[in-house]
This record gives sequence, structure tokens and C-alpha cells, in this order.
Amino acid sequence: MSAAFDEKIHDTLADANLQLAIYAATGRLIDHRKQAVGGAALPDYQELRTQANALKKHTIDHLDHYLEQFEAHLAAHGGKVVYCKDAAEVADFVLGLAKERRAGLIVKSKSMTTEEIDLNERLAHHQLESVETDLGEYILQLAHQRPYHIVAPALHLTRYEVGDLFARTLGVANETVVEKQTLIARAVLRQKFLAADIGISGANFLVADSGAVVLVENEGNARLTTSAPRIHIAVAGIEKLIPRAQDLAVFLKLLGRSATGQALTVYTSFLSGPRRADEIDGPEEFYVVLLDNGRTKLLAHREHRQSLYCIRCGACLNHCPVYRKIGGHSFPWVYSGPIGAIITPQFLGVGHEPGLPFASSLCGACAEVCPVKIDIPKILLDLRAEVKKSEEREGKGRLERWAFRLWAWVMCHPRIYEMAAMAASGMAPGEDGRWLRRVPAIWNLAPVRAWLSRRDLPPAPARSFREMWRKR
Amino acid sequence: MSREYVLHKVRTALGRTAGQAVADPPPARLRVTEMDSETRVATLLQKVEALAGKTRRVAGPVEACAYVRSVLGARSAVASNAPFLRECGIAGLAGVQSGFMEAAPLRVLCATADVGITSADYALADTGTLVMLSSPREARMISLLPPVHIAVVPRDRVLTGLDELLTILPDPAAQTSSTVLITGPSRTADIEQILVRGVHGPGEIHVVVVG
Amino acid sequence: MAKRVSIFVTCIVDQLFPKVGMAMAEVLERAGCQVDFPEDQTCCGQPAFNTGYRREARQVARHFLKVFRDAEYVVAPSGSCTAMVAHHFRELFPKEPESLRAAAALTPRVWEFSRFLLEVAQVEDVGARLDDVVTYHDSCHALRELGIQDGPRRLLANVRGLELREMDAAAECCGFGGTFSVKFPGVSGGMAGAKIDSILRSGAKTVVSVDSSCLMQIQGALSRAGLPVRTMHLAEVLASR
Repeated sequence: MSAAFDEKIHDTLADANLQLAIYAATGRLIDHRKQAVGGAALPDYQELRTQANALKKHTIDHLDHYLEQFEAHLAAHGGKVVYCKDAAEVADFVLGLAKERRAGLIVKSKSMTTEEIDLNERLAHHQLESVETDLGEYILQLAHQRPYHIVAPALHLTRYEVGDLFARTLGVANETVVEKQTLIARAVLRQKFLAADIGISGANFLVADSGAVVLVENEGNARLTTSAPRIHIAVAGIEKLIPRAQDLAVFLKLLGRSATGQALTVYTSFLSGPRRADEIDGPEEFYVVLLDNGRTKLLAHREHRQSLYCIRCGACLNHCPVYRKIGGHSFPWVYSGPIGAIITPQFLGVGHEPGLPFASSLCGACAEVCPVKIDIPKILLDLRAEVKKSEEREGKGRLERWAFRLWAWVMCHPRIYEMAAMAASGMAPGEDGRWLRRVPAIWNLAPVRAWLSRRDLPPAPARSFREMWRKR
Repeated sequence: MSREYVLHKVRTALGRTAGQAVADPPPARLRVTEMDSETRVATLLQKVEALAGKTRRVAGPVEACAYVRSVLGARSAVASNAPFLRECGIAGLAGVQSGFMEAAPLRVLCATADVGITSADYALADTGTLVMLSSPREARMISLLPPVHIAVVPRDRVLTGLDELLTILPDPAAQTSSTVLITGPSRTADIEQILVRGVHGPGEIHVVVVG
Repeated sequence: MAKRVSIFVTCIVDQLFPKVGMAMAEVLERAGCQVDFPEDQTCCGQPAFNTGYRREARQVARHFLKVFRDAEYVVAPSGSCTAMVAHHFRELFPKEPESLRAAAALTPRVWEFSRFLLEVAQVEDVGARLDDVVTYHDSCHALRELGIQDGPRRLLANVRGLELREMDAAAECCGFGGTFSVKFPGVSGGMAGAKIDSILRSGAKTVVSVDSSCLMQIQGALSRAGLPVRTMHLAEVLASR
């Protein structure tokens, strides 16, 4: 793994307060989900997962068809689709439109896709103010930090850090009561909502048969972002499509419960175009940016394209024992947790962070809770094989590769295996004083040192099983 | 901007050609539970209360109006153009302004009013949800900007749940640009996972079922 | 007709926990099986497979298929090794139809020990006795790949003198994960720490599992922490009299 990855993990493990914060926040989300999908609460849970997987598979396998259907329906309702191949094109589009409409202020609701393309950074130097309005995202914007978790972006910050931040950046008194901090943000952001020219949102789902964008939230900032300004731009990855409005009966049942344990989030918006002629309020212009940014690469891999089924619930993060120790900021890209571990190498190449697919014990908890049944452990295993192939091509990792080649050869020759085993047992701790035990080179081997850094080794038995069996 | 480019990449990745046929998707899964009217209303109110919303069941329009008046007190309010609100006499209560057809003045009022009063197109019993379609009768801002939201709903609009809604309204886009499901008061737990209500949307909601 | 069981002892039990293998053989014989040990066996290939070395995993898997080709039942004291053979062998041979066929033919005959006892030998009570307070650790492969959860608990419930106490984090990973334990020792150690905290909260004196790799990780952490809790494989518990 890269030194940066190693260091970030080490720093997070060493921060006792952060460990507690991550554990508590994810623990709460685990409990909430359990109550919402268990037994009588949602008896059809497993059936819904199967259906969601089937719907996503069908949509992704025929994505071009559904993209065009979405486009046609949106156009019929007065909206416009803008296909963008990468981050730069999205920024160009937004900047171009803002200039044409003489827009100066943008309000944004929470969108991992816009984080992925660094949209705020790209807009920053063009006399455009782009303000995050989700409370957690707003805090992070002021602090110049990335989200820590898909659903709980600021879980790593304490109220004292928030108080300091607000005092420093907003010029208000240092307030540490959470309700009062929320009111401060509410007041500031309300002014922004009402003055903004453009509202940029993400999309939880894109509904092909309606040309609609579906947004789920608890605060109300997405509703305000998409209702107050005269222009609404929704930025969505092409994979967000589902075939019909009626399919929301499956997806909405799974999303809230998997994410936070809510049957439905406080607000679910189904938006299909600008306001109609007879409606009183709402945006006059409605754009949906359909973003590739590498998704077509994932699409091309038949067995890994299921990575695109993700509905961004965050359940895999919450249940991952590794995420619960290393937290969101140890991950090299905006997407963290198990889903981040499988899509980062697919988007950015396995060489971007070769240690990432290995940062897992393959426990399978993620796959167990994934509402759309992505087989995350299988993809991790495949990515590990890709990393090793790539290392071989580049001439890296020779020692480990030759060790495994030797190991495989020994394992294919039973008598040699038996001899090697007897020799090795001479090196392990035991009551008899075999001399090899004192050879320091063994104890300096990296894997041995790594094991011993946290645990004791088991005592070496006097005889192996096969020796005992022969003596029976 | 890059329409042909992106679509081409998608097709190449999938091994599909332009205009190629598509098999039907898996059939839509809608399971509407049997629930009689009384149970629906009782369940709706119980779910709203469980979300820290306030509820009131009233026999008729007169009682609905009396309840709203008691909630309002001396506060200012903006009411939607829903005919049902007029029927209940709510639109004519002291302190209540309504009849707005223009976005700009309505927004100014919503930004300063203490209470927003609407009806609802539907309510969903099993999740405690109000369903609001944007229309000349219902503007978006009234249930969004004021810190208190009162929804006055006739009993026959209470459905069992989302599945029933999508059964009777399979194509919301045909009717409106905005369908919003409201399930409880606005909330966040973004700071130290501590729950705070009324972040951007109303922190206090009242659901009144009439009939 | 006595069932003929070929022991797939697994390399970790063979070399580090041989008494587990002996205990398993004893219990199987007590359950009326005829037990043999194909001496040419070595490993299922999982360490290479998990570390990304497919070619090496394939070599070892081919050897495994040869060794156990004619076995009637192959029984292993390990959920992870059983899952490797039962689920992952078919992913190893996309271009080798013959090996795929051999794997498909062998898979239905490969059993994790506790499941074999319950479903094939049809035995829930092996006449065991162990006076102890025990908690059961659900090893990840056994639980999530093989669906083994109730079985071992039912077997433990029939051990005389044994009190079974559930720990709150029974189904959480112990942090072994093969080479993960030495590539990410800090995280692995942290996960082991969470596991032993849960064990302590249960008040049990012994931790039982169907996987020796998990027990090695858990015991290693318990010893390092100087805690008096011990670990036992399910086979050892069931062999106790």
C-alpha cells in the first residue's frame, strides 16, 4: 500500500476520540437499520432486495435505452438533459449557464457526485458563490474538508470544533449548544436560498418513464434548493436510472431503512421538469446533467458492473469492521467504505492505491446488508488478482510473488510439504530447545513482526496432525 | 454536450446497438395492504405522533377550523388555495392570508409568516406521510418556509401507503412538476448525531384529519 | 452402511492445532463414520487465492481435486476452507472445463464438520461433557458463505454441563482475514480487541468456533492481554467427556 494510506490509517487508529465517534455513529446507524428491516418491521426485506437487484441489473444492462427514455420524457415536460463525459464538462456547463443568465449565487444540496467532480472547487474562481446547504456539508465546506461518511458527513467533528468554526468563519459568538448552532446555520442559509439564482442538487434516482429526479432528505434543504431559485440543475451519474415511478415502491422502502432506519426520510421529492404553466412556484428552468466520468468503464466489465447498482445508503460503511476503525478520511477518494474500496480502483485504476482491495478481512458483512445485493467480497478478490497481475507486469512485489510460487510448489508435493513443515516447526516457540528458534532472521520477517505487534503466536505442537494420525 | 459520445460509450460497454430492443423489466412490485378507513386514519395519526408531529381528528369542517384557530393564536399565517381550506373557513380566519397566484409575493409572505396552512392531495397511513402535488391549489413554499406547517386533510384522501399511492398515481409527472412526500418535521443529526428539529423545513407539523 | 469420511484436516490444523483434527476424527467415529486420512493432502489454496495469486491457487486446487477425487464425504474442521472449495474453486477455472467439472463433482461432497454431523450423520448429541461457561464466535465464512449459525449452537446445547452465553458481537469479524492480519496489523488488532471486549462482557470462560484461524487470532489477542479466557474448537468440545 502507499505510504499515505498507511499513515492515514495509523493516525486514525491512534486518535482515541475519533475511534469513539466513528464507533458510536456507525453503531447507532446499525441499530436503527436493524429495527427497520428486522422481522415484523419489514417481512419482505429479502424479497425486496432480490427485486431491487433484478431491477438494477435490468436497467444497467440496457442503460442506453433508459437514458434515452428518460431524456424524451424530461423534454416532454419542459426539462433538458445535458450529457457530460467528465468533471470539466459539468463545470463548463454550469459556468456557461451562470454567465448567460447573469447568475452570481448558487445553493447546493448534498450530492456525492458533485464531490466526486470537485464542482465547488471548479466554480470557485469565477465570481460565483456556491454554498452547501445540507448542515453537515455546509460545516465541511467552511472547514475545507471532505465528507467522512455518505450519510453522516461530519461525524468526525465535535460540537466544540463546529463552534470554533462558526465563530471563525461567520463572525458569530462561539456557540457550543447544538440546537443553537443549527439555528445559526439555518439563518445564514435561508438568506442564501432566497437570493440564489441557481440550485444544484444531486439525484437519488432518475425515473426513466417520467423524466423525473427523486431526492430524499431530512432537512428540507433539497426542497428549498430545487424550489426557490429560478434554475434547477440536477447532477447525476448515469447509473442512477430506474425504469418506472412504480419501482420506487421497492427502492424507497430499502433506501431509508438501510441508511438511517427510517421508513421514509422526512422529504421525498419527485421532480419532473420546471414548473408547469399553471403552477404557482418552482424553477423556470430544469436541467439534468447525466455524468459519465468513468462509469462506462465499470459498465464494460460484465461481472463488476453490479458496482453501479449502489443506491448510496451507507449501510456497507456502517457494518464494515474496517471502516469502523479507519474511518472515511483514510480512503483515497471521496467514496469510502466497502463501496469505495471496489469502485475507486475501477474508476482510477488499481495502481491508484494498490493496498485498497487488501484492506478487508473479507468478512462479508457489507454484502449481507447491501439492499441491492452487490457482491462486494467477490469484486475485492478479483481486484486483488488484478493488483498482483499488474505488479508482476511492473516487476514489483517480487519477494512476495516468489514466496507464493515456492509455497504453491511445496503444496503440490506432499512429501516436500511434510519435510518443510517439520523444519518450520523447529523455528516456532515451544518447550523443547530446538536451535532454529534462536535464529533472529525468522523473527525479523515482516509478517511475523506484524503478527507479534498485536498478538502472541500459538505454541508449536510437538507433532503435526499427520504424525499423530500415523501413530494411532 | 457529449450526448453521442456518452451514449456511444454506453452501448459499446454493453454490446448493444442504437435502437436495439429491450426485454420488459421485471414486473413492478406493488403490494397494497387491506386496511379499512378507520384503521388508516388511526395508523396515520399514530405514525405522525411517533415522529413528533401533532395530530387532531375532527368530525367536520367547523371543528377543523376551530382547531386551526387555536393553534394559530395571534400568529400570522399563509394558507394555500386548496378548496378544502375555504370549505373549512380556514382561509378566512383572522391573521391568515391566502389566494396568492404569483410566486414572488407568496415567497415574501412565506418567509415571514409564522405558520403555513395547506391541505394535502393524499396521506399515507403506514408511514405517517403527507403527499403534496404542486398545483394552482397548492404552492410549494407554503409547506416549506414557515416554521410551522398545518395540513388539513379530508378522511377519504388517506391511503394505506406508498404502494397504494403508486397504484392510483403511477405517473405523477403527468400531473405536476413536483410531488413531495412529507414524513414528519424537518430534522438533522449532523452534529454529534444529536437530533435537532426544524433545520430548513418546518420544525413543527400538525396533521388534521377531517371526517 | 457406515459413512466413509475422508478428513480434510486443513494445513493450519495439521501444523498448529493437530488436536482439533484428532478430536474431529474421534467424534466422527463416535457418530458411526468410518474415517480415513488421504495423506497426499496439503492445502485448499485459499492463502494464495485471497492474496490475489490465482495461478498459484489453481495449482494447489488442482492437487486438492486429485487427492479427494474418489472420496465419499470430505469433512473439514473449518468454515473458511470448506467455503473455498465449495464456492471459490469454480471461480478458479474459467478456462479449464475439466477442472471445473471435477470441482463441480466434488463440491456436493465437501462438508464443514458441524453441518456434516447434523445433516449427514444426523447426530445432535454426541454424548459430550464439558463443565464450562462458553460463548460461540460465528466465523465469517461459516456464517455468511455457508449459512452455518444454528447448527453449532444446537450441538453445544447438548453438551452436558456446558452453559452457552451469547456475546453481543458474536457475528462480528475477529480480524484475521488471512494475510489481512499481517498486512493491516493495526486494524486487525483493533478488531480483535473489539471481539475480546465482547467476550469479556459475556462472562464466558471459553470461546468456541468452527474455524481454527479465528481461534488463533482471538487466542493470540487474549494471551497478549493476559486474560484467562481460553479458546476451543467445536470438535474439541464435542470430543470432551
